[in-house]
Amino acid sequence: MPLHLLLWTTLCGPGIPIGADGTLGSTFAAQIQHVKSDMPSPVTIRKGLDIRLKGGVQGASHTLPPSDRFSIHPTDFHSLIPRMAAKAGTQVKAGEVLFTDKKHPEVKFVSAISGNVQEPVRGEKRRILRVDVLAEGEGSVEHESLDPTNPDAEAVRSALLDRGFWPMLRQRPFDVMPAPDSTPRDIFVSGFDSAPLAPKASMVMEGRMDAFRAGCAYLNALLADGRKVQLGVEAGDDTFASVVEADLTPFSGPHPAGNVGVHIHEVRPMNKGQVVWTVGMQDVANIGEGLMGGTYVCKRTIGLTGSRSQPALLQTTIGTPMAHIVKDRVLLEDTRVISGNVLTGSVRGEAGGLGYFDQQVTCIPEGHEPLFFLTKGWLGPGFDKFSASRAFPTWLMPKGKQYDLNTNNNGEERAFVVSGQYDAVFPFDIYPVQLIKSIMVGDIDRMEKLGIYEVAPEDFALCEYVCTSKMAVQDIVRKGLDQMIEEFA
Amino acid sequence: MKALHKLIEERVKPNFTGDGKLKRFWVVFDALETFLFTPGHTTAKGVHVRDGIDLKRTMFLVILAMVPALLFGTWNIGHQYYLSLGDITTADPWNAMLLDKLLVGAIKVVPLIVVSYATGLGIEFVIAGINGHAINEGFLVSGMLIPLIMPVDVPLWMVAVATAFAVIIAKEVFGGTGMNILNVALTARAFLFFAYPKQMSGEIWIHDVMASKTGGVLADGYTGATALGHLANTVGQPVGGEVSSGVMSMFADGGMFSLMNCFIGLIPGSVAETSALAALIGAAILIWTGIGSWRIISSFIVGGLVMGVIFNALALNAYMTIGPVHQIVMGGFMFGAVFMATDPVSAAQTSTGKWVYGFLGGFFSIMIRVFNPAYPEGVMMAILFMNVMAPTIDHYVVEANVRRREKRLSAAIA
Repeated sequence: MPLHLLLWTTLCGPGIPIGADGTLGSTFAAQIQHVKSDMPSPVTIRKGLDIRLKGGVQGASHTLPPSDRFSIHPTDFHSLIPRMAAKAGTQVKAGEVLFTDKKHPEVKFVSAISGNVQEPVRGEKRRILRVDVLAEGEGSVEHESLDPTNPDAEAVRSALLDRGFWPMLRQRPFDVMPAPDSTPRDIFVSGFDSAPLAPKASMVMEGRMDAFRAGCAYLNALLADGRKVQLGVEAGDDTFASVVEADLTPFSGPHPAGNVGVHIHEVRPMNKGQVVWTVGMQDVANIGEGLMGGTYVCKRTIGLTGSRSQPALLQTTIGTPMAHIVKDRVLLEDTRVISGNVLTGSVRGEAGGLGYFDQQVTCIPEGHEPLFFLTKGWLGPGFDKFSASRAFPTWLMPKGKQYDLNTNNNGEERAFVVSGQYDAVFPFDIYPVQLIKSIMVGDIDRMEKLGIYEVAPEDFALCEYVCTSKMAVQDIVRKGLDQMIEEFA
Repeated sequence: MKALHKLIEERVKPNFTGDGKLKRFWVVFDALETFLFTPGHTTAKGVHVRDGIDLKRTMFLVILAMVPALLFGTWNIGHQYYLSLGDITTADPWNAMLLDKLLVGAIKVVPLIVVSYATGLGIEFVIAGINGHAINEGFLVSGMLIPLIMPVDVPLWMVAVATAFAVIIAKEVFGGTGMNILNVALTARAFLFFAYPKQMSGEIWIHDVMASKTGGVLADGYTGATALGHLANTVGQPVGGEVSSGVMSMFADGGMFSLMNCFIGLIPGSVAETSALAALIGAAILIWTGIGSWRIISSFIVGGLVMGVIFNALALNAYMTIGPVHQIVMGGFMFGAVFMATDPVSAAQTSTGKWVYGFLGGFFSIMIRVFNPAYPEGVMMAILFMNVMAPTIDHYVVEANVRRREKRLSAAIA
């Protein structure tokens, strides 16, 4: 029996029996029955868009051989100013602190591997862009195991902080890492990713359900009034059916049905003054496995996707160098390799590591070619273009048709003319254009009234995609959130 | 096409950049080059892929939707001209003089279009050059709409002045494309209406009708007035009186302004406004492609019908007794509903707001035309009025959303 299952059986006692082969016992099966009949009917998201790209991932996962390097980008954590704790040239063990948050030194960022700390890669004003650790030696930092059956809130909080799990948490409002003393009203976890080409939850969570349940149990300890983790799941997907440690709400509909912001909005919308945490599903499992086992765990099963790749499901860790992931699997010439999905992902550079929160790598062709207006350009038939607008024949094509989109802007930035476009892909009870305009004029009061506390830039990704005027909507929203942070600082 | 692009990049472009001889005309070059080739610009931050749609395609599709109205209008100018001369009769509109009619129409319409585009684009190029920004495609639509809503015999210099006024005062003063409060094309029309009232009324709706009159070649009983012009005469007259009966007989079946003639557009009027049918074909294109708001178009029509029904119920003068469907197929109502009210910049922006905006626009169009005979064309006034009201409508829609959020907050605190 694997170690974590053994631990689980020991710690949980007879309440949740697990058979000798690791399968769930009869008592637990009864609970599943109970949960299933209790599952509320799905929330249907009507506004949105599934961008049908080529290069989705199918089949079983396989383990990516360990890389010789761990690369963490402090820039993945918005507004974080890192303070180095490990000097360049020193040796660290897996789980040892690399740097801390300058504003909150309690928050620690640890290395996933044992090795030699490199001189940080710096950008303008000596800002630290990346910290690398070259693999060398063995061993890891060992902590006490925490009991997931009845965990103590303060013990969980300090374990998350000390052992390097805190950065896995994100907070709304403002879409930043929560402060160490922050108390959330709720913790939301999205149990599926609806972004283009994202791997299914059943793929990335395979074999990790016990860890996930333990993770929920730990997180529940941080919630008041006996509240549980709120888990939004894909309607019809029973990957999470066994999770009694969370309140499940099924969602159906097009992207962004899987965005945690949509789940918050539908299940228990945020108000001014409230704080909600969000955690990725794989990170809940990492927290569960890590606190239970006493070591730092940062597993990531990622989908390598996109038309320029040989799609694969790879088990690896946070901070794996991109070059290691794409090696021999991606046609690199004139290709954009994105950590994350095509809507919110980032380009990490040649030496960069996998994004901290990403569970997908997408490889699509670059679109440098100028397009002649009658053939491929604005007046062409456009069979190769995927458009939410009916000005292109996309909507007449069979629903199964997949598109090989490139990074061409498909037009120049223009004044804002077309109305109603954002609303069609934005499933919040918020007026996106009005909110964006209030951000552009810096009207804090108006932003607040129009609902800026509820949103993160990713919620506007589809607005940006469909925009006729090619506006950088996510960037505007990020700036608005930054203005709010400054206002309340 | 790669060769063409290479030629432009290597031979033509250097003249417009750096120390090139024509660097002052960079804006013109940029506009033409991006017309020919969508640039190979790639996404820089945020999303990595973009929708295929851009403003050029959007605007082009609007122009495409106007083509049926334009073609029919061109033909109808010739048709009305030969009617006024008595060469043909209303009984046989589809007689064989197709080419003659189109030719007469084209002689009138092409100069209008040329003047409108030349004036408007000229100003846009100059202002874009001064401000150093790229040219927006917005005027491609406005520049086509302006000639389509002009009386046939309007002097070309007046079109130029009106276009210049509209582009500068209605648009550029407010910050250019996307910032205007009023519909640009309607502003041009309204400018002429108020600045040159004398020239904008009377015998300008049919090509050369003035000359025909003085020359004595005008067909018997042909006045050259529009349907709304005739109807305006009935206001203040008793229903069933001599004047009213005379006018109403023209609107009965078989009359010049019968329901069918008005629907098809075989009546005098501005260049392309007469045919409700052509406007509806345009509406189908706009709604099918999702570029025109079906909410605005449908609620505008409903608003007009409702006002028409109310007038029928009151029936205080002959004008009010015109059937609601007959009302909305006359004048510029349909053209306005499809091409003017739907201008996304000057219309309401919220979905709920669009319903209100459209409904009131249609409602007031019919109301103004009947209540105020000095302004026979109520649609123009109604849409401009609703343009001004649109931000207010949106304000209340958005405030309702704000209040919902505040209510939720107070519930959460309690």
